[in-house]
Amino acid sequence: MIEINDDLCKGCDICIEFCPLNVFLKSDTLNRKGYYVPVIAEEDLCVGCRLCELLCPEFAIIITNE
Amino acid sequence: MAIEANRKEYLRRLGGKKYFILGDEACAYGAIYAGCDFFAGYPITPATEIAELIALELPKAGGICIQMEDELASIAAIIGAAWTGARTMTATSGPGFSLMQENIGYAIMTETPCVIVNVQRSGPSTGQATKPAQGDVMQARWGTHGDHDIIALAPHSAQECLDLMLDCFNLADIYRTPVILLMDGEIGHIRESVTMPELSTITHAERKLAQPAEDIFGGPELVPGITHYGEGANVHVTGSTHLANGMRDVATPEVHDVLLRRIYRKIADNREQIVRTELDKDTDGKAKIGVIAYGAASRPAHGAVGRARNNGNAVDFLRLITIWPFARTQVVEFCRDLDVLLVPEMNLGQISREIERFVNCRVVSVSKIGGVPHTVEEILTAIEEAV
Amino acid sequence: MGEYRHRLMDYVREEIMPHRFCVGCGCGTVLNAFVNAVEEIGLEPTKMVCVSGIGCSSWIPSPYFRSDTLHTTHGRPIAFATGVKIMRPDLTVVVIAGDGDVSGIGGNHLIHAARRNIDLSVFMVNNMIYGMTGGQVAPTTPSGTKTSTTPHRNIEPAFKVADLVMTAGATYVARWTTYHVFPLMESMQNAMTRKGFSFIEIISQCPDNYGRRIGKPTANDFLKQFRDDAIRINKTEGMSEEQLDKRIVIGKLCDRERPEYVTQLHEIIREQVAAVKREKTK
Repeated sequence: MIEINDDLCKGCDICIEFCPLNVFLKSDTLNRKGYYVPVIAEEDLCVGCRLCELLCPEFAIIITNE
Repeated sequence: MAIEANRKEYLRRLGGKKYFILGDEACAYGAIYAGCDFFAGYPITPATEIAELIALELPKAGGICIQMEDELASIAAIIGAAWTGARTMTATSGPGFSLMQENIGYAIMTETPCVIVNVQRSGPSTGQATKPAQGDVMQARWGTHGDHDIIALAPHSAQECLDLMLDCFNLADIYRTPVILLMDGEIGHIRESVTMPELSTITHAERKLAQPAEDIFGGPELVPGITHYGEGANVHVTGSTHLANGMRDVATPEVHDVLLRRIYRKIADNREQIVRTELDKDTDGKAKIGVIAYGAASRPAHGAVGRARNNGNAVDFLRLITIWPFARTQVVEFCRDLDVLLVPEMNLGQISREIERFVNCRVVSVSKIGGVPHTVEEILTAIEEAV
Repeated sequence: MGEYRHRLMDYVREEIMPHRFCVGCGCGTVLNAFVNAVEEIGLEPTKMVCVSGIGCSSWIPSPYFRSDTLHTTHGRPIAFATGVKIMRPDLTVVVIAGDGDVSGIGGNHLIHAARRNIDLSVFMVNNMIYGMTGGQVAPTTPSGTKTSTTPHRNIEPAFKVADLVMTAGATYVARWTTYHVFPLMESMQNAMTRKGFSFIEIISQCPDNYGRRIGKPTANDFLKQFRDDAIRINKTEGMSEEQLDKRIVIGKLCDRERPEYVTQLHEIIREQVAAVKREKTK
């Protein structure tokens, strides 16, 4: 399962760009701090490689096994 | 702090012995007596003999001596080591002391106890590298940038190089601040008889521990307790303006104001506890002429005072042992009934100008530079001219 | 999307998160990799001291990593760390600082620590610029680049810091980028668990103060370049220096054994103390 913490995200788009399976999309709404956070487009595509979790500079994404 | 078993073993052998040694070497023995755990330094004339003897002897007492790549690294290493609970020191001369200034400021701001020995030589720059001077008095006071107060002591004999090292380490721990032993090339290279103290006469001040462990940079007292590394307290040490728990806050004016005033006051408000002077008043108590001196210059100065008295002139003498904080009360009291005060110094009048700020009598700077100490006759002539 | 608590929040000073790094700054990714590496090897942060200098990347451990931290003056973290490690060899001492701090103003300490082979892990975050002060040329800035203090062009060649440290005598040297997070994490684990001077150069991005000057205004511009330019050290055989200059050589550059400094230092102390005891019993 992918969890995104909207409050920590600064909208750098690294996860959107580098997810090998294009799981993320840019949202069209701003978070509380004025950043466009990613949204999960196709959670079923995620294979749990954790690249997004490790690349994220903000501790804003976590992949769990649930 | 309790003296460790290995060191006791080592010091027990020394106690009571008389050595004919350099001031630098006496300083090194003083460091071992004072419980120095870690020395880091870089060779420089006329301070090198301190490092050499410490390198040879300190390991025998269980302490560590290393040579770093430069003076910047030396002071950095001793500050880092101090945060593990160690008593740490470095020794250098003017050029190295200049290089250390930024991190002396870091030690002041982070309230890190450590000792810096500066065996002063003739400057600025390379100057007369092998010749003594007392030109770093004001650098010791104001060398690092920003407002601060500092403790500096000046020995006048090889024996006192040893004795004052104990004071330096104790003051550093009591006030959680860097302490400077302001030697000079003359005292560093003088060879005199030095008595090694008996172990039973040695006391090491306790470094007060913080309660709670987090509040190591503030709290109700002027000198907060410390928490060392490796104790699970997640200690955060920074040279930036910080809160009582060490966390950085450079944006709130009050935080900086409270921190800096406390760091300043912990020395300024304890001036009378810190300051030591040595008074030799003329026996008839009617002297109108006085002499104030310190370090190497105090030796011919005291000699000249004796000769002047033999010639029938009443002269008072005061030796400053503590240079910073300035012995304001003692100097004002000393000068109260004087007409003329002579201040022989191996610089162009650094302490004499400080004295002028506080006293009403005429202050005459008897300065001498060029790498040769005053002679008794030179100072005697100055006294007789003032009569 | 729920508000979850990241499983690694125990390792950071959570009360001051989110951190202050700019959008897409590589420092955040390095912190992420570092925290993961510490967790992975089961290192107790209470048994660590993290030392840093001045610059953006010096904020990675201090204040953000929850351990004993020493935020020192500019360029001096390795020298401070030397004092800590000598007096507490049982603690894992890690230096995280930038290219300007470690290889510019503090370059002397770097080469001498490597020469001594003191048991420190130094993670140098190389963003190729002085970022905190607004984008001035660094010893690591590629030549030809326009920065605020080389407004016409930088005429100096960039320092190959990892190569320098290897030559100076470090026993473990690696270079990775903020794109290569998994091998970077593994490399950090190696560095922190082995004895001796370990150095990892982490090529990182500064979109705000470097990227915008060179037409790479986003983190992704940099990460794509890191991905495309990177070449594993074992694939470089036969390549000319000119060809290599255009690439980022990544991987483990060396892993060797040499006597460690602090161990030897304490050996001397034990010998000397024992000699005093023997003399007494005579």
